[in-house]
Amino acid sequence: MTLDKTVNNRAWFMVLPVLVLVAFNAVIPLMTVVNYSVQESFAGNVFFFEGSKWFEQVLHSERFHAALLRQLAFTATILAIEIPLGVGIALTMPRKGPWVSVCLVLMALPLLIPWNVVGAIWNIFALPSFGLLGRAINGLGISYNFTRDAGDAWFTLVLMDVWHWTSLVVLLAYAGLMAIPNAYYQAAKIDGASRWAVFRYIQLPKMRRVLTIAVLLRLMDSFMIYTEPFVLTGGGPGNSTTLLSIDLVKIALGQFDLGPAAAMSLIYFLMVLAMSWVFYTVMTREEART
Amino acid sequence: MARIELASLAHAYGPRPRGDADYALKTINLEFKPGGAYALLGPSGCGKTTLLNLISGLLVPTEGSVLFDGTDVTEQTSEQRNIAQVFQFPVVYDTMTVYENLAFPLRNRGVARQALDLRVREIAEMLGLTPSLMQKARRLTADAKQKISLGRGLVRADVSAMLFDEPLTVIDPQLKWELRSQLKQLHRQVGTTMIYVTHDQTEALTFADTVIVMYDGRILQVGSPQELFERPHHTFVGYFIGSPGMNILHASVEGRTATVAGRAIPLPRAYDRLADRARVELGIRPEFVRIAPQGEGVPVRINRIDDVGRFKIARVSLDGQALSVMVGEDTQLSGDSAAIEFDRAHLHVYADGQLVDGKA
Repeated sequence: MTLDKTVNNRAWFMVLPVLVLVAFNAVIPLMTVVNYSVQESFAGNVFFFEGSKWFEQVLHSERFHAALLRQLAFTATILAIEIPLGVGIALTMPRKGPWVSVCLVLMALPLLIPWNVVGAIWNIFALPSFGLLGRAINGLGISYNFTRDAGDAWFTLVLMDVWHWTSLVVLLAYAGLMAIPNAYYQAAKIDGASRWAVFRYIQLPKMRRVLTIAVLLRLMDSFMIYTEPFVLTGGGPGNSTTLLSIDLVKIALGQFDLGPAAAMSLIYFLMVLAMSWVFYTVMTREEART
Repeated sequence: MARIELASLAHAYGPRPRGDADYALKTINLEFKPGGAYALLGPSGCGKTTLLNLISGLLVPTEGSVLFDGTDVTEQTSEQRNIAQVFQFPVVYDTMTVYENLAFPLRNRGVARQALDLRVREIAEMLGLTPSLMQKARRLTADAKQKISLGRGLVRADVSAMLFDEPLTVIDPQLKWELRSQLKQLHRQVGTTMIYVTHDQTEALTFADTVIVMYDGRILQVGSPQELFERPHHTFVGYFIGSPGMNILHASVEGRTATVAGRAIPLPRAYDRLADRARVELGIRPEFVRIAPQGEGVPVRINRIDDVGRFKIARVSLDGQALSVMVGEDTQLSGDSAAIEFDRAHLHVYADGQLVDGKA
């Protein structure tokens, strides 16, 4: 069967706005980075072609390895806390009644606060001199100072991220739970299922899709996190909380090493892309198999 | 198996019911004999699912009590009552195989592995699920899933009763027939008390020995399919059961004579004077109305004739009141008027919707 199509080359003009838009917000910036990543730049817009030198340098740099390790540790930690915690909170939220909207609004609040404000709030909140949290912990007899001690800085950073983003997991998990028809719970009751069995065989499988999305979003977001740790600790004390993005900005804007910074950006970008792809493929394949 | 009694049972979903209107189920008394096949029949929203959930223990009644073999179980959970229930939408545990699904209720009750295996395979055989026993349950069709739900009830040999809440709603029409007859067969095989909720009279009448017709939170009649057909206790029962439903005519009744639109119609029984204000109606099934030979009967106007295959249904009006008449395939009707006559033995008198007993 053939479809009658009108051939009119002026139709190309219709796609032009999209092309222009994509070019400006994606292609051109990305190609600029690619351009920098293969050249040495000097003052006065003088460039020399360097090939893969910056990529090799970045990949062999101990500084990059350390930042990457910190990044992986951070992402793994917050995922390990936020996903179970989010599911746990969603399970305890009411399924109907006036408290539903109250809970939802309370849960959504942290998500509505601008990221740098979150950083600023926690910075002040955790200050050992007059911050509520800092004073309280010290008041308990535990020495705590996130601006001096690397462990304390990490603790504060993780706590801040958990406070800021667990809500997202809660809301997604809650949506998944609400989509389960009541008959499943009734059938489970009749089958004599324990609370754990209900969770394991009904709630968890039914939440699978939304949890895939939650993990994916948190994985990518936490891997690219910049504003909050920048405002909270600025990467310190020392380099202890210098995550990949913070390190990148230090190289690009602090030291003005455009070449290595560009190479690092590309490696960073490919890592996020690859991780998301692998994760998504694994989860969806699992889905298709069961 | 248990004898189930409902004593002055009533249920309201709201917290503080005041008037009759707040009750989804108005006070009822009912008994289910062990091993019986029952159907709760009524239109949507009549309280039949509420009643079922009260029996199974998914709901706790506002008033009254539920007794199993004379023991009050009103406060007990479904598990304690040992009830099995199949829902409108098939419930299967997605991540489990068919085998694991069937084994689930037994595992939860700590049944030994060997006894469990034997029982699961027996039930799978009974339901024709053996070939797909090791498949993931979520891959199966709706009817197979519904069989699994049914199977999870059947594996427990000692259940007090099996309850069905419109279990064939999502099943394809041709498979509905098959499952329905399979269900009837299963009932004979296992002999468990079964209570089946439906708004489909065919399902109710083919499955059950005793049908409970409900309307607006009340029970209108409890009886065998034949009783419901021959002697509906309420005009709603007459109208709801049968296809087409019973003809209801406004009338006045005195002694052995009813008067409809100025015409006297002889009745099979004698009636005392009915209360003055009561709405008096005459009921007769379309099966017992005939086209009268020329020169006899009550004249009617023919509005429409529906040919439904083995017979025709003539939609006629008698002085503005609509009636359906079953007409044989070979009866010829011409023009827009005819005369009808009633099979006297099957005329019933209703006052305010309720059947009035006459004297022979």
